[in-house]
Amino acid sequence: MNDETILLAHGSGSRLSHELIEKNFLPSLANPLLAKLDDSAVLDFNGRLAFTTDSYVVSPIFFPGGDIGRLAVCGTINDLAMSGATPLYLSLSFIIEEGLTLSKLAKVVRSIKAAAEEAGVKIITGDTKVVNRESADKLFINTSGIGIVPEGIDISGANAKVGDKIILSGAIGDHGIAVMSQREGLKFSVPVRSDCAPLSKLVSQMLEASSQIHCMRDPTRGGLATTLNELASQSKVGIRIEEGNIPAHDGVRAACELLGFDPLYVANEGKLIAMVAPSDAEKVLAIMKRNRYGTEASIIGEVTDEHKGKVIMRTRLGTSRIVDMLIGELLPRIC
Amino acid sequence: MKFIDEYRDVELAKKLVSKIKQLSTRPTRLMEFCGGHTVSIMMNGIRQLLPPTVEMLSGPGCPVCVTANADIDKAIALAHLPDVIITTFGDMMKVPGSYSSLQQARAGKADIRIVYSTQDALQIARDNPTQSVIFIGIGFETTAPTIAASILQSENEGIRNFYVLCLSKLCPPIMKALLDLGELKLDGIVCPGHVSAIIGSRPYEFIPRNYGVACVVSGFEALDILQSIALLVEQIESGKPTVEIAYRRVVSPEGNKTALDLMESVFEIGSADWRGIGVVPASGLKLRRKFERFDAEQAFSVTLEPVREAKGCICGDILRGVKTPNDCKLFRKVCTPEHPVGPCMVSSEGSCSAYYQYGTDYE
Amino acid sequence: MTVAFLWAKPSSPITDERKTMCLAVPVKVVSIEGSEAEVEIGGVKRRVSIMLTPEARVGDYVLLHTGYAINVINEAEAQETLKILEEMASLDEVH
Repeated sequence: MNDETILLAHGSGSRLSHELIEKNFLPSLANPLLAKLDDSAVLDFNGRLAFTTDSYVVSPIFFPGGDIGRLAVCGTINDLAMSGATPLYLSLSFIIEEGLTLSKLAKVVRSIKAAAEEAGVKIITGDTKVVNRESADKLFINTSGIGIVPEGIDISGANAKVGDKIILSGAIGDHGIAVMSQREGLKFSVPVRSDCAPLSKLVSQMLEASSQIHCMRDPTRGGLATTLNELASQSKVGIRIEEGNIPAHDGVRAACELLGFDPLYVANEGKLIAMVAPSDAEKVLAIMKRNRYGTEASIIGEVTDEHKGKVIMRTRLGTSRIVDMLIGELLPRIC
Repeated sequence: MKFIDEYRDVELAKKLVSKIKQLSTRPTRLMEFCGGHTVSIMMNGIRQLLPPTVEMLSGPGCPVCVTANADIDKAIALAHLPDVIITTFGDMMKVPGSYSSLQQARAGKADIRIVYSTQDALQIARDNPTQSVIFIGIGFETTAPTIAASILQSENEGIRNFYVLCLSKLCPPIMKALLDLGELKLDGIVCPGHVSAIIGSRPYEFIPRNYGVACVVSGFEALDILQSIALLVEQIESGKPTVEIAYRRVVSPEGNKTALDLMESVFEIGSADWRGIGVVPASGLKLRRKFERFDAEQAFSVTLEPVREAKGCICGDILRGVKTPNDCKLFRKVCTPEHPVGPCMVSSEGSCSAYYQYGTDYE
Repeated sequence: MTVAFLWAKPSSPITDERKTMCLAVPVKVVSIEGSEAEVEIGGVKRRVSIMLTPEARVGDYVLLHTGYAINVINEAEAQETLKILEEMASLDEVH
């Protein structure tokens, strides 16, 4: 069966371009705003807007547990959710390498549709460009997202307070290892699947349970270690974590041993860190555990006023070591 | 994970620490020779557990760190030759030579590819018959047999475009050179674990015999290191230094005969240039006549600029255990993993990198 | 005999800078084909060379270093070591 491929003409604004949009994108992503096919989508808003953008260049584009499409939706939704915003709308831009098959593109679009539906967001504007072979690697995606931040919510990386408990929503390293396993041709008896997931519902449940959530962030590139360091710097506080409280799946631990990685630095795409006042920590933890994306949530540490800007980990042996930011690049093109 | 998790048992570790505290009655200076041990010690915070009588110094057992600037310059010069593909372990990419690094050379269009194994390098040679594929052959006795294996395979298959820049170094001779330098009053050495898997423990016997220094061949998990320290302290306190193998699941007194035979058939011993120490006779490996055609240095001629050492860099002193990273004026201030001045900060097994990444000792 | 490896595609444009040359990991031999073996740790599998350990058998554990098994792990010694550790830890315990 002939699998049609994307040609330069598909990105030129020609009849082929229109065909691509009408036959391949609209049916999946259909909503009244997108269907208008105006140059811009015009929206009504009441309240504070959260706005974010991200580009996705993950390689390979398909990996266990997800693909670049799911990633492009979840990553941007999660960035909105980390500010406490309810995600509403996304833009979607494709840069396609000439020669990508239509069937692969269709698969990505189906993933985008499924992720958007799960999170309750609509894709209301988009763009498609096609470039020569070797000018891009299969497919790059950019998504920008808009959400509304409810009244009274003030969540920021700068708001951590001394004494806050640090909650991690689940096991680390799944996404990075899933992508790596594809690249390295590693086989798993129980495959490690990317944890790529939209966290907006989890976050709204957390915010309903407590008004004392001061910071949230998702530990993507650079892993848990890098994100904790960022927060420590931004809030000008110290962070203490317990090695024994940080969950990681067996397959991830084993792959990390084999590949020489520290799970603390491996990317996640469906996890969050929350800094919560000690009075509310157990309550928030309980709520998180009831959500499918928080079943393995754990309190991993707390915020201190010592060693500001630094993260110190107490090892299982009871000794302490610094957990620094990621140095260099562990895994290029992981998201 | 078998053979890993059992050696991370926290309760046993605590008991071993008590044992060490009980055994140690006097100032004891130990050197962990191997970079892998340095990293494990830092990651586990072992120094925090030891009694104040036991001092640990880090040694030169990091093959990347001890590669001299002249050799790095050579690799970079080779990379700039036409129709050459350089294959190297990732560890070497960021190490600064006199003027540049392999990473910078790659950004400047030199064809440099990171490989996980000499097998990868060989495959690149098969896939690119019109290019010369040069493998940067750093490493100690753990890696040398894998280089030998790839050369033999190349010979058997008639691969004509595979070359090795021979920079393999040997551990026992450098341990002797260090002891002869007499800069440190060492009481005991934590001997490399994986080098010893290949060479066995016999090559270290001259150390207690001629220098009165205790030796224990150690594994890499927390329990392995604590056990080795306990055994060293025991030897030292009893005044009976010897060579003991703690890492018995992997190391035997004779080592791996197949690997040693492979090395013997491909290499002969020659002098080697060690950063921080200089040229040490009979401390490195050179290709035997029979395999000369694989030698990148003989097959290609390059002109080198004068070798330069980075100002203020005390990697040499750190490698000899005379200074620690905290003694370096550049450490953390100028020299960081993103902007390394010397290789000890770049290599994952380098002391400076380990101290930077894991050390709370500076506080 | 051509050696074919399923892992690390050398001509891949992605050249990550993992520092791997000093890593050695204990893995279990699952199958052998000539001078190659498929090994496994914690459910993760990989193909490696056993040119340095031709005596390795299916079911053995070997130490993996830069794509080669560099030694067969002596299980009896491993058990012995754990026993010794327990003994060391309990003799003349000081509280």
